[in-house]
Amino acid sequence: MTKQRRTTKILLYLLLISGTIFALFPFYWMLRTALVGSDLIFEITPTFFPKHLEFHNFRDALQAQPFDRFFLNSSIVTVANIVGVLLSSSLCAYGFSRVDWPGRDRVFGVMLTALMLPFAVVMIPQFIGWRTLHLTDTLAPLIIPAYFGGGLFNIFLLRQFYMGIPRDLDEAAFMDGANHFTVFRRIIMPLSSQSMIVVGLFTFLNNWNDYLAPMIYLSSEKNYTLMLGLTLFQGAYSSQWNLMMAAVSLVVLPSLIIFLFAQKYFIQGIAMTGVKG
Amino acid sequence: MSTAVQLDWEKTQMDAQRQARKKRMKNLRTGLLFTSPVLLGYSIFIVVPLVITFVLSFTDYSIGAPMHFIGWSNFTDMFSGRDMFFYPAVKATFYYVFVSVPVGIVFAFFVAVLLNQKIKARAFFRGVFYLPVIIPIASAGIIWMWMLQPDFGVVNYMLQTLHLPTSLWLASDNTVIPTLILFSLWNSGSMIVIFLAGLQGIPAHLYEALEVDGGNAWHKLRYITIPMSSPIIFFNTVMGFINAFQTFVQPMVMTSGNSGSGAAAMGGPDNASLLYVLYLFQNAFRFSKMGAASANAVLLFIVTLIFTFLIFRFSKSFVHYEGDGKRS
Repeated sequence: MTKQRRTTKILLYLLLISGTIFALFPFYWMLRTALVGSDLIFEITPTFFPKHLEFHNFRDALQAQPFDRFFLNSSIVTVANIVGVLLSSSLCAYGFSRVDWPGRDRVFGVMLTALMLPFAVVMIPQFIGWRTLHLTDTLAPLIIPAYFGGGLFNIFLLRQFYMGIPRDLDEAAFMDGANHFTVFRRIIMPLSSQSMIVVGLFTFLNNWNDYLAPMIYLSSEKNYTLMLGLTLFQGAYSSQWNLMMAAVSLVVLPSLIIFLFAQKYFIQGIAMTGVKG
Repeated sequence: MSTAVQLDWEKTQMDAQRQARKKRMKNLRTGLLFTSPVLLGYSIFIVVPLVITFVLSFTDYSIGAPMHFIGWSNFTDMFSGRDMFFYPAVKATFYYVFVSVPVGIVFAFFVAVLLNQKIKARAFFRGVFYLPVIIPIASAGIIWMWMLQPDFGVVNYMLQTLHLPTSLWLASDNTVIPTLILFSLWNSGSMIVIFLAGLQGIPAHLYEALEVDGGNAWHKLRYITIPMSSPIIFFNTVMGFINAFQTFVQPMVMTSGNSGSGAAAMGGPDNASLLYVLYLFQNAFRFSKMGAASANAVLLFIVTLIFTFLIFRFSKSFVHYEGDGKRS
């Protein structure tokens, strides 16, 4: 019995370790390629542990394209989105959870159906709209929507959380003459900082990693975000894989750092949406 | 005397009613004020565009040209095959969606069950499996392109060393979709984390009871783990289908080629990976056929609608919700 237990245990860890290799190897290979000279790219027998590390690849990659500009654009879009999403989704979530108005839940239910709506279905009219306003090829189409609700998914998530906060707190505050806005600012906001962090982190990732929307709206290079800059690079340096991987490493770095520090919140947020949803 | 009392009483009651109505109106105003951003946003960015998409699907609209209503032409062009990309796109999409979702669910569930055993460093392994999700798909796609490069890629080299057959991966029309599916498995960390959270919520006493009755590991999986997770399996399936139908970045970055702007350049090789949203994008922004692309969008909308509806109908027969007496 115990022997059988031990074999199962060994098998279990073997599976987990092979899974780990499957998950992490691409990251290793990215770094390894980013650190080798051009002579080691097209070898028949690739070196797994190169002896000479060429750190200047990172500098070369950065100089090949105006990555500082792309970085700035991505940062503007991301920060503006985080602010907009947090402000607007928390207000709306409050209105859908702690103010009792006739028809509230029905309205919310109707809106939630839009979660299933593919972006591609409304993409063309949205593009035409921004174009009519002469706002294509600016960052505006990537930022402004965040201030109009901040995404149904985020409202849903915050609403779930707000509904769990005891109502007595509001009642006590109302007795003291507070209005809804004070309750929102003084009670609900401070109590929900955890879920706000979750929403903020997902907003960061969604915008930092976004590819489709920037590609539709941005046409001149000076307005490109990092993701677009990366594919520009891909076109120009298609065979210089070491520089390519150096650029990819640098683009991936901010997301990795944030994940290392905030892993707990990501896992929490993902689990919350799936289980309570 | 008694009439005076009654009048008084009626008056207070009317007052109370009036007050309640006043409060309701006030709440309505407050509620609408708080939710006004999303009420506006929902109208501007969803309802109005949806209507416009339907209208445009009956036109030959393209940017900078006069627009004509052309009836059902866009739709007949699609189904008659006059739009030569339609059937390849549908074929590629169905192949991708109907293989990647079931395989992904089984894979993610299996990994979650492994992670739910009594193991050391569970948080570490969970983080590792989630890691691929947080990096941009576009950059992950570029890494994979390099690893899977047929002549100098490290994957083919390793296969060769192990005397296993190599593959052309993204470069052949036979293997491009399976390769994208493999990539989607690598990227299935969200599903794994959601499954794991669900598994951790299953009460231990159920397993203990089964052990007392002499059940083995297979019985536990078959009679407890799977039924108890069915709502989450259902959730992941719905989200999986919806996301898979919208897959765009992977074929755009990995199989569309950046140099050529020719018709055959997207979703290669030989349109084998021209997934539907990429096809729609190509119509709208490469060929500037906004009308035709809107017709594509209408079809996507209808298919998503039918799918969601079917899945929800179908789910009632197999999803187990804990403590539900009425399975409506």
